[in-house]
Amino acid sequence: MPKDSGIGASSKRREDVRFLTGAGNYTDDINIHGQAYVYFLRSDIAHGRINSIDTADAEAMPGVVRVFTGADFEGVGGMPCGWQVTDRHGQPMQEPPHPILAQGKVRHVGDPIAAVVADSLEQARDAAEAIAFDIEELPAVVDMREAAKGGATKVHDDLTSNICYDWVLGETDDAKVDEVFQNAAHVTTLELTNNRLVANPMEPRVCVAEYSRGTDEYTLYTTSQNPHVIRLLMCAFVLGLPEHKVRVVAPDVGGGFGTKIFHYAEEAFCTFAAKACNRPVKWTASRSEAFMSDAQGRDHVTKIELALDSDNNFVGLRTDTLANMGAYLSTFSSSVPTWLHGTLMAGNYKTPVIQVNVKAIFTNTVPVDAYRGAGRPEATFQLERVIDKAARELGVDPIKLRRQNFITEFPYDTPVALTYDTGDYNGTMDKLEAAADIAGFPARRAESEARGKLRGLGVNCYIEACGIAPSNIVGMLGARAGLYDAATVRVNATGTISVMVGAHSHGQGHETAFPQVVAEMIGIDESMVEIVHGDTSKIPFGMGTYGSRSLAVCGSAMVRATEKIINKAKKIAAHLLEASEADIELKDGQFTVAGTDKSVAWGDVTLTAYVPHNFPLEDIEPGLEETAFYDPANFTFPAGAYACEVEVDPETGKVTIERFTAADDFGNIVNPMIVDGQVHGGIGQGIGQALLENCVYDENGQLLSASYMDYAMPRADDVPFYTVDHSSQTPCTHNPLGVKGCGEAGAIGSPPAVVNAVIDALQSGGKTVDHIDMPVSPSRVWAAMNG
Amino acid sequence: MYSFEFEKPSTIAEAVAALGAEEAQALGGGQTLIPTLKQRLAAPAKLVSLSGIAELKGVCVEDDGALAIGGGTTHATVAREAADKYPALADLASHIGDPAVRNRGTIGGSLANNDPSACYPAAVLASGATIRTNSRDIAADDFFQGMFTTALADGEIITSVRFPVPQAANYQKFLQPASRFALVGVFVARFADGVRVAVTGASEDGVFRWTEAEQALSADFRPDAVKDLKVDPSGMIGDLHGSKEYRAHLVGVMTRRAVAAAG
Repeated sequence: MPKDSGIGASSKRREDVRFLTGAGNYTDDINIHGQAYVYFLRSDIAHGRINSIDTADAEAMPGVVRVFTGADFEGVGGMPCGWQVTDRHGQPMQEPPHPILAQGKVRHVGDPIAAVVADSLEQARDAAEAIAFDIEELPAVVDMREAAKGGATKVHDDLTSNICYDWVLGETDDAKVDEVFQNAAHVTTLELTNNRLVANPMEPRVCVAEYSRGTDEYTLYTTSQNPHVIRLLMCAFVLGLPEHKVRVVAPDVGGGFGTKIFHYAEEAFCTFAAKACNRPVKWTASRSEAFMSDAQGRDHVTKIELALDSDNNFVGLRTDTLANMGAYLSTFSSSVPTWLHGTLMAGNYKTPVIQVNVKAIFTNTVPVDAYRGAGRPEATFQLERVIDKAARELGVDPIKLRRQNFITEFPYDTPVALTYDTGDYNGTMDKLEAAADIAGFPARRAESEARGKLRGLGVNCYIEACGIAPSNIVGMLGARAGLYDAATVRVNATGTISVMVGAHSHGQGHETAFPQVVAEMIGIDESMVEIVHGDTSKIPFGMGTYGSRSLAVCGSAMVRATEKIINKAKKIAAHLLEASEADIELKDGQFTVAGTDKSVAWGDVTLTAYVPHNFPLEDIEPGLEETAFYDPANFTFPAGAYACEVEVDPETGKVTIERFTAADDFGNIVNPMIVDGQVHGGIGQGIGQALLENCVYDENGQLLSASYMDYAMPRADDVPFYTVDHSSQTPCTHNPLGVKGCGEAGAIGSPPAVVNAVIDALQSGGKTVDHIDMPVSPSRVWAAMNG
Repeated sequence: MYSFEFEKPSTIAEAVAALGAEEAQALGGGQTLIPTLKQRLAAPAKLVSLSGIAELKGVCVEDDGALAIGGGTTHATVAREAADKYPALADLASHIGDPAVRNRGTIGGSLANNDPSACYPAAVLASGATIRTNSRDIAADDFFQGMFTTALADGEIITSVRFPVPQAANYQKFLQPASRFALVGVFVARFADGVRVAVTGASEDGVFRWTEAEQALSADFRPDAVKDLKVDPSGMIGDLHGSKEYRAHLVGVMTRRAVAAAG
């Protein structure tokens, strides 16, 4: 029987009531009396030297409060990068300055040249058009291969080259790797591109900042996934403000997908300008600005080689990747192609020798950073595509080849720095084969062929590393932040509970799922528990939500704090029941003396905590509020197997996804409905990447896909109804809930399934097509078929 | 957007007078013009809304059986009211944009804009329709003069479009994946005296008639009649979403599918 409340129940998302009835409170809903509006004048060329900027005419325009340029930020810090990667020679990465407003050069279309603060947005925009500037256009660096060459035009004049770092992971001895490949019975090689994406959350970025002259305090309302991280970075690295004078609030946020993790120049600008102008200021990005200023995702070019022995065992893997950083290092950009990508190259397989080579490249494009999956989709795509190609070359069943090479014993130390704690890849594949009715595929193919369509089946596995941790290890790897999280459980006198969490919910359903855990632990109704998040003045110093970490890390902190609450409440109950604390049991919201019918209710204990007339004051303090910080011992490792069936129209090349099945192992599950929704959303984004989405610059660095007229977002009729199976469950071994994280799995696991299926369909039609780069658009499929 | 004067006349005569002003611009459903204004890519001194003019709206059958559609008639109205009179045209209208676009956008606005990927120009050209303005009648063959260019003079208003109703017709649209405009759209119309085939989305010169296909189909109205015909890729649009060669290929595919569907 499915439960109807607590852990394991599909409780309906309580936050949806306000979202669906227009009662949400998003940053753009916040308006402060007397606020002025910010308009950023952005570069329309990709690369240029700023000779002069004259703001005099603009300053004189009606309604203008002040016009800012890079010169106003000479004494202010730049936007920081939160992860220092060390290269293969032990040297730190090249880390160029990233000013709030451009200084000296503009480096991508959308780079802010100046900012106007005015009484209205239209006045600010009018004034921006009156700014006179002389920017000498320079050759744009767009193609990564060209950018990496010696003598290429440099994006940053003061760096030695456009290479941010040249990094290696795994077997660093080239000779050993060469030997494995020379002795291999078969080597499969694949060159591919992981297409650049624009995250496109429904809500664009917004900042509202105010400054109180009386108290010298700042408040920044911003569309962020992690308000404490923003406050720390902005105060410590950019503006030099004391943290206790700065409050950062991320209210309802309409989707993040990674692109709202980062600290953006607009946030620092608005905070700075609120004081400089002594006015609250507001900036709301237009969709066009989102396209040219939100950190973009993916953009890897890779050559991958897989070596197999004569029994088809994987014996070696070598990759060479160019990773686009864009024009500046966004907050966590440097970690994505390295520690979030290279470490995943073992996948679900016991390949003994792996070498991952990554060069990160600066180009005159919008900065690239984490986007749903962040490095792990790039790893999974290469690996699962090359395995599929190997299976085809060897004439073996692709599922069988995978099963033969699965890791089956845990814990497993990979050659690329991770220790997988648990998993059951064969068990998960069994679930997939059943749920996807793999056995029935030939009949479905025959039916498609009878209608003149080519049908293909693509299967792949994925492994994900969520809840990056522990902090001391990630610190050694270059992280400039801790990766713990925190929760405060505040029990009110009448027994209701407010839980202040460091995680931030911007679509994940924390407000529903987190209370299910606390309610289960105490045995009270979920409605008695409320989550508070997103405001540094209310919550403990947590690190926010990304990398599918919220429940595994912050949820664990919440469990620890709730355990403290229960322990203290038992002391109070023991006092009220005149019994030994060791004999007190908590069940269904009642404290009972074991073996007796003596009991006291949760509400009586909580009231006693705050009205301590009959209270063991000599032993414990009044009140019932506890905080816990939780720093995980390891990552969690969700894994799964996905199957996609496509039909290809041989006349037009159009791909239609007919079936999509996901079998995931997320460990224990708190709310199956929310998990289904997370997987559905992730698959939708993965299908978007595989079939539709593509962020494209021309050779001059002009963004060709700068609006929805040219950037194809997946729509409801582009995706099928999904079959999802989460019954394969190997609980995480090191966190109290045994949970692993589910937010990114769909986006990681689905692109290779789609492309594998398309290749399978074309091969069934007699076309010798090995690979098509994403997006597998009709024109690309047609070109491949007719190439 | 920049500031502008706004007028909303209730008769064609008033609208013509208002459009005589310096830098005045007619506003139909605004589905192209409003986004353009918001991006500050156009700066008319005066907008003259045509949406308050009752005589520009409606669908009716004329004495000779032709279908007349007022220039200010929305796509949604055409989809609904032309369904039993000219089903292929109604079907085309029902697949333009999304419901918001179909309930605001007008046939006159679409034709006056002559977007190279718009649907209506294909129907008008394949039907041999007549564009009626406040001052004259313009044959479809003379109306479209290249991308975003028409025979309309400054201030001239499309009052109605007169469609001869074919014996059989169909429109096949292959969607550009992002905008869902026509990457290639082909309208095939079979009349007693021959077949007309108009192609939108494909050419750098905007909508055009595929005369080789017309000749072949006039002789033999079956998909196979055009299966060996090739469209010259030069002059086709090549962009992110499809090469010139791909569009040329799709013209053939969509034409065959339209013929098959027209029956």
